[in-house]
Amino acid sequence: MAQAATAAVDEHGHTSTGVSNWKVGFWTFIASECLFFGTLISTYMVYKGRAVVGPYPDEIFDVLHTTISTTVLLFSSLAFVLALHAVQNARKKAGILWLFFVIAMGAVFLYMEGTSYLKYIDYGLTLGSSTFGSAYYVLTGTHKLHVILGIVWIGALIWLLFRDRIPPAKSEQVEIAGLYWHFVDIIWIVIFTLVYLIQ
Amino acid sequence: MSTIGLETPVGREAPAHHEEDTGVWSWITTVDHKRIAIMYFVAATFFFFIAGAKALVIRAQLMFPGQSLITPELYNQFFTMHGTTMIFLVAMPMAVAFFNYLIPLQIGARDVAFPRLNALAFWIFLFGGIYINSSFLFGAAPHASWVGYATLTSPEFSPGQNTNFWLIGLSILGIASIMGGVNFITTIINMRAPGMKLMRMPLFTWMTLVTSFLLITAVPVIGVALIFLGFDRLFGTVFFQPGGGGDPVLWQHLFWIFGHPEVYILVLPAFGVISDVIPTFSKKPLFGYPIVVYAGILIGFIGWGVWSHHMFTVGLGPIADSFFVAATMIIAIPTGVKIFNWLATMWGGSLKFTTAMLFCIGLLAVFTVGGLSGIMHASAPVNLQQHDSYFVVAHFHYVIVGAAMMGLWAGLYYWFPKVRGRFLDETLGKWHFWTTMVGFNLTFFPMHFAGLFGMPRRIYTYSAELNVDIYNQLSTVGAFIFGISSVIMVWNIVKSWRSGEPASANPWGAATLEWATPSPPHHYNFPRIPTVRSREPLWHKQEREEVLAVTMPEPEEEPVMPNPSYWPIVLAGAITLSWALVMTGVWWIIALGMLPVILAMFMWAFEPAFPEGHGH
Amino acid sequence: MSTDATTHAHEGAEHHSHPSASFYVWIGIILAVVTGVEVAIFYIEAMDAYEAPLLVLLSAAKVVLVIMFFMHLKMEPRFLTWVFMAGVVLATFMVGALMVIYHVLPRFGG
Repeated sequence: MAQAATAAVDEHGHTSTGVSNWKVGFWTFIASECLFFGTLISTYMVYKGRAVVGPYPDEIFDVLHTTISTTVLLFSSLAFVLALHAVQNARKKAGILWLFFVIAMGAVFLYMEGTSYLKYIDYGLTLGSSTFGSAYYVLTGTHKLHVILGIVWIGALIWLLFRDRIPPAKSEQVEIAGLYWHFVDIIWIVIFTLVYLIQ
Repeated sequence: MSTIGLETPVGREAPAHHEEDTGVWSWITTVDHKRIAIMYFVAATFFFFIAGAKALVIRAQLMFPGQSLITPELYNQFFTMHGTTMIFLVAMPMAVAFFNYLIPLQIGARDVAFPRLNALAFWIFLFGGIYINSSFLFGAAPHASWVGYATLTSPEFSPGQNTNFWLIGLSILGIASIMGGVNFITTIINMRAPGMKLMRMPLFTWMTLVTSFLLITAVPVIGVALIFLGFDRLFGTVFFQPGGGGDPVLWQHLFWIFGHPEVYILVLPAFGVISDVIPTFSKKPLFGYPIVVYAGILIGFIGWGVWSHHMFTVGLGPIADSFFVAATMIIAIPTGVKIFNWLATMWGGSLKFTTAMLFCIGLLAVFTVGGLSGIMHASAPVNLQQHDSYFVVAHFHYVIVGAAMMGLWAGLYYWFPKVRGRFLDETLGKWHFWTTMVGFNLTFFPMHFAGLFGMPRRIYTYSAELNVDIYNQLSTVGAFIFGISSVIMVWNIVKSWRSGEPASANPWGAATLEWATPSPPHHYNFPRIPTVRSREPLWHKQEREEVLAVTMPEPEEEPVMPNPSYWPIVLAGAITLSWALVMTGVWWIIALGMLPVILAMFMWAFEPAFPEGHGH
Repeated sequence: MSTDATTHAHEGAEHHSHPSASFYVWIGIILAVVTGVEVAIFYIEAMDAYEAPLLVLLSAAKVVLVIMFFMHLKMEPRFLTWVFMAGVVLATFMVGALMVIYHVLPRFGG
C-alpha cells in the first residue's frame, strides 16, 4: 500500500490541498446539489400564495407533527456524527450501532412524512390540484428520495463495517456518506422553515 | 514544419503505441483520459455533421420565398434538433474532449481524479445523444425549439412523444455534464504537480475550472426545470400550465438562469484555448495573465445575473428590465478586456501565422462582431425590435460559432501533433480556415439585415413582399460553403492521422507542461512528476532542462495506472434505459428500470479500481 | 477511496483537532433548542411582524452549525469552503432574485 504509485495522485501520494479527491469531489457535488434544491425551493417560493384553488398550506399543515419529524431527522445527523467518531476511533460495534440508529430515525422520518402525504391527499391536495400541490410534492418528494438513497448507502456501510472492511484508516468512506446525510438534513432545515413555518 | 520551435527532444515515432492494447474492447473499457478525449472528439464531430446537415436543409428550404421542400412539421423538428444537437452534442462535448486530453497534461497529473467516472460521463453523453436523435426514427423528433418554451411543450399543444424525447434526452446529457464538472474541478484543485500554483496554471486550465463551476451550478437548474416539465407531461402537475394556475414565464426564467451561463460554458473553453495558442505563436507570454484570469472568473459570476435579457419582451417591468440591461452591459467589460489582452499579446510579438493562429485571429474578428450586436440588443428598447428576428440568429451564431467553434478548431490544429505525433496538413488547414471565414460570414452576416427588415426566426417560409430574398440566398450559398469547409477539416484529420508530417515533442516551441511529454504521450503521461517554478516552464532554459530531465526518459518501472473497466459503459446503458422508460409514465415500470442502475452501481463500487497490491 | 497512504498521514494530524463526542451532543442539543425556539416564534402571535426574518436567521444559524461541526468544514482546507459557498451564494441569489421578481416588483407596478 505504501509503494502505491497511482494515477490519482503524484508518486508521493500528495494531493494539492492535502485532502483526498473523494472529499473535494463530494463537496463539489454538494455545491451542485445546492443549486438543484435551490431551484426546487425557488419554484415553491415563487408559487407561494399564488394557488387559486385549495387546499391551502395553512389549512392542512400540522406544524407540531412536522416539528417531531424534523427533530428526528436532526438527531439522526447527531447519531451519524457519533458513528463516524466511533469508526475513526476503531470502535466498530459502536459505529454499527449508531448507524443503525441513523437508519431507524431516517425510517421514522419517512414514515411520519408518508402519513402526512396520505392526510394531505385526503384533504384533496394532489400533484395536479394546484401549483401549491405540484411544487410541494415535487420539492419534498425529491428530498425523500435523497433520504431513501442515504438509507441504502448507510445500509451498505453497515454491511462493510460488519465484514471488517472499514478500518479506521478507511473511515473516510463513512465520512463521505456523512457529508451526504448531513446535507440532506440541512435541506430539510431550510424546507422546514420556508415551507412550514413561514406560511 | 517540424523545424519550428526551440531545440527539443524528438518525439517517438508517430505510430508507436508501445505495449498498449488497441483493440475495440480496449477502447470500450478504457479509463485513459486521452482515449476518452479522442472518443469525445469523434462523437462530437459525428453529431456536428448530423446537425450541420439539418442546417443545410433549413437553408435550402429558405432559399426562395414560399418554398415547401419539407413539411412545416419536419422543419420544426429540424431547427429544434439543429440547435439542441449543436449546443449539447457538439459545442459542449467538443470542449470536453479538450478538457479531457489537456487538463491532466497541463497540470502535471497522470489522469483525472475519477477515471471511471470520466468514462461513465462519456458513455452517458454518447447514449443520450443517440437516444435523443433516435426520435427521428419514430417520426417524433422534438419540435418546440431548443428553448422548449411553455406552453408549446404542454401536453395539449405537443401531444406525442416529441417533447418527451427532448426533455429526457437533455436530462441524460445533464447527468454527464455534472459528472464532468465535478471531475475536472477535483482534478484541477487537487492534482496539480508540485509548484503548479493556481496562478501558474495555463489559461486553458483556468477557463476549464471556471467552465466546470458553471456546469455544476447551471445544469442542475435546467435539470429541475426538465423534471417539472416531465411531471407536467406525464404525471399531471401544473408547474407551467396556466389552466392549473401555473406560470409559463417561470419556465423562461429557469431555462435562462441555466441558458445564459450555458453561453459562457460554450465560449470560455475557446477563450482558454486561444489564450494558450496566441502566446505560443507570438513568442511572448500572455499579456496581463492575472487580468485574463480574473476577467474569466468575473464573466462566470456576472453571467449568472443577466438571464432576463432573453426575456425583455415578456414585460417584467422597467425596474427588472433596467437591472438586467445594466448587468448585461457590464459583462461586456471583462469580455472586452480579454480581447485587448490578446491583441496586446500579439503586439510586438514575432507572429507565426499557422492555421491555429489564423483561427485565433478569426475568432477575435468574428466574436467582436457578435459581441457588438450583443451590446445592441442588451438595450431593452432595441431588443424589443430585434427579439425573435433573424438579427438574433446572426448574433448568437457569431458568438457560438465565431468564438466557441473557431477557438476549438484553433485548438485542434495546435494540439493535434501532441495527440498523434503528426501535424495536420497546413495547406488543407488554410483552405479549411478561409472557406470557414467566407462561408460563415456569408451565411450569417446577411441575417442581420434579414432580421432588421422584419424576418422572424423559426419561420417555415416567408413571402416575397418582405424583400429579404437576396439575404436568404446569400445565407444559403454561404451555408453550403461552410459545409464544404467542414468536409475539408475531416479530410485533413483523416489524411494527417495516417500520413501527416511527424512532429517532435514540442513542435511549436510552446511554454506549457503538456509539451514536455513525447508526442503522443505515454499512457501514464509522466514517468515522474515534474516540479514547476513558473508560468512558462518550457521557456526558461534552466527550468526546461529540469522538467524535461524528469518527463522525457523512459521510466525504469512503469507507473501503475487504473484498471480498464466495462462497468462505465454498462452503467451508462442502464441509466439511459431507465430514463427512457420514464416515457411510459407508469410508476412501476420506472421503478423497475432503476434496478439495473442500482445493480451496476454496486458492481462498480466493489470492482477494484487499481491492479492488485496497489491499494486504492 | 483514493489516497489511503496520504489520508492516513493527514488524518493522523486531523484526528487530534476533531472534537469529542460530548461536543457533538452539545451541538445536537443546541440545534434542537433552536428548532424549539423557531416553532415557538411560529405560534406566538405577538412575534408575527418579525416572524419571517427571525426564522430565516435562526435556520441559517442551524445550517451553519451543521456545516461547520457535523460536516467538519471548519477543519477542512479553505478551498472546500469556497467551492461550497459558490453553490450556496448562487442558489441564494437565485431564490432571492426570483422572489423579488415575483413578489416584490409587482407591488411597485413592475
